[in-house]
Amino acid sequence: MEKLLKILSENARISNQQLAVMLNMSEAEVKAKIAECEEAGILQGYKAVVDWEKVDKEYLTAFIEIKVTPKRDWGFDEIANMIANFEEVESVYLMSGGYDLFVTVSGRSFKDVALFVAKRLSPMDSVLSTATHFILHKYKEKNIMMGTSPKDEREVTTL
Amino acid sequence: MMDYKYILSRKIQGIQFSGIRRFFDIAAEMENVISLGVGEPDFKTPWSIREAGIRSLENGKTWYTSNAGLAELKKEISFYLKRRFDLEYDAKHEVLVTVGGSEGIDACIRSFVNPGDEVIVPEPSFVAYAPMAELAGAAVVPLPTKVENQFKITAEELKAVITPKTKLLIFPYPNNPTGAVMTREDMEPLAQVLRETDIIVLSDEIYCELAYGGQHVSMASLPGMRERTIVINGFSKSFAMTGWRLGYACGPAPVILQMTKVHQYAIMCAPTTSQYAAIEALRSCDDAVRKMREEYDLRRRLLVHGLNEIGLTCFEPKGAFYVFPSIRSTGLSSEEFCEKLLYSQKVAVVPGPAFGKSGEGHVRISYSYSIQHLMTALDKIKDFLAEIK
Repeated sequence: MEKLLKILSENARISNQQLAVMLNMSEAEVKAKIAECEEAGILQGYKAVVDWEKVDKEYLTAFIEIKVTPKRDWGFDEIANMIANFEEVESVYLMSGGYDLFVTVSGRSFKDVALFVAKRLSPMDSVLSTATHFILHKYKEKNIMMGTSPKDEREVTTL
Repeated sequence: MMDYKYILSRKIQGIQFSGIRRFFDIAAEMENVISLGVGEPDFKTPWSIREAGIRSLENGKTWYTSNAGLAELKKEISFYLKRRFDLEYDAKHEVLVTVGGSEGIDACIRSFVNPGDEVIVPEPSFVAYAPMAELAGAAVVPLPTKVENQFKITAEELKAVITPKTKLLIFPYPNNPTGAVMTREDMEPLAQVLRETDIIVLSDEIYCELAYGGQHVSMASLPGMRERTIVINGFSKSFAMTGWRLGYACGPAPVILQMTKVHQYAIMCAPTTSQYAAIEALRSCDDAVRKMREEYDLRRRLLVHGLNEIGLTCFEPKGAFYVFPSIRSTGLSSEEFCEKLLYSQKVAVVPGPAFGKSGEGHVRISYSYSIQHLMTALDKIKDFLAEIK
């Protein structure tokens, strides 16, 4: 199963038939395995890695470090879930170290994101402070080098 | 005006450039070619190995090493061969560190061949054996292998080409370009034939770590074969270290002693930086090697299945990183097939006859490329087949 997940995590568009061939399983087995993983929440979704810089210059992403006061009984879960519920929020992680939550937010402009932080995140009860970092340029995402595809530098040798 | 034709050695002028080279010079001129021709790993050398090389440079290890190689490296080679393939070689007298496997092959051939001796070269195989044997003054005796035998050598085929002049048998498994492997059971009948003779086996095991579905077995590990086998191996394919140019040869001390002379006068010693890096490779990269092998295996399955599905039948290659499908169903010769495929779909594969006449009717496809790349190429080959129907 680990191999199946590894292949899918690198390329989710590979067909069940191709997976079956690569893993020496039947197509039905692959299908069942994937269904099982989806059911169990192991496979959470399939998304393309898009270089938005090439499509729409107005699209940008920010990382926001948030310090919060954990609530008695709920710990960090309550505030983390509340933040996760915002549509603009792409991911929320509980962190070790100098701050508590790490949130990624995307918007069409600096203003969009800044307003989201100022109007929606900061005023929340448990939020003590935020620090927003904008991504200026993506060099690599999800193991993929953004920009132009890397050139095969191997030269012609005789063998 | 100098007429070099009359000045240059007749022997070297009589030797042809490899068919691979000629073909890929055409491909190199075209844009956006999808190559399936490269014969080296697409992986970069594992980082810890590169780091060991860098560290050696930082520490000023920029001198020659002793001719036969660093003692520490030879020791590690000996441990490695014992650990992986149950071969025993004395690091001091039975191991020679060479510039890639190629130099080991050359030194071995030159150390055995007297003028007129015969060297048996199985076909299809790596393009360098025959020219090197010819340069050494040997008569090359081809031993064509057949697809119906999965490109293995049979005892009958071997017996048929042995003469009183036979000096060397080149034994290239896992095989480039066919991907064929020979198991212990496959080799035993050959060993039986060879044990009755004084023929030396040059066992080129450069792809030893790339065997799928069964550990590689060295000819030298069969009963009675150690004394008549020279094992050639290297770091290029197993550890993705092609550019480091490092290999080694192992065999009985009297042979390695003579080979060391060829090596020391032609080469001095293998690159020092590479030797330090190789120590790290042998000590701590089993895991990296395993991961690369697993990745090649996935690609191999994908490619073999994909080719069979679109009508280019291929037997299942169990080693190296090549598939050798038959293109007979197209009615084209290998050269025609490759040329048409290149011009029509910009996909470059190598014509089978580049590896010996018996490669006709086949092409070599390398899977040292990403899965994505292979899938794109398969689609294009499929389009090409539809087009020529």
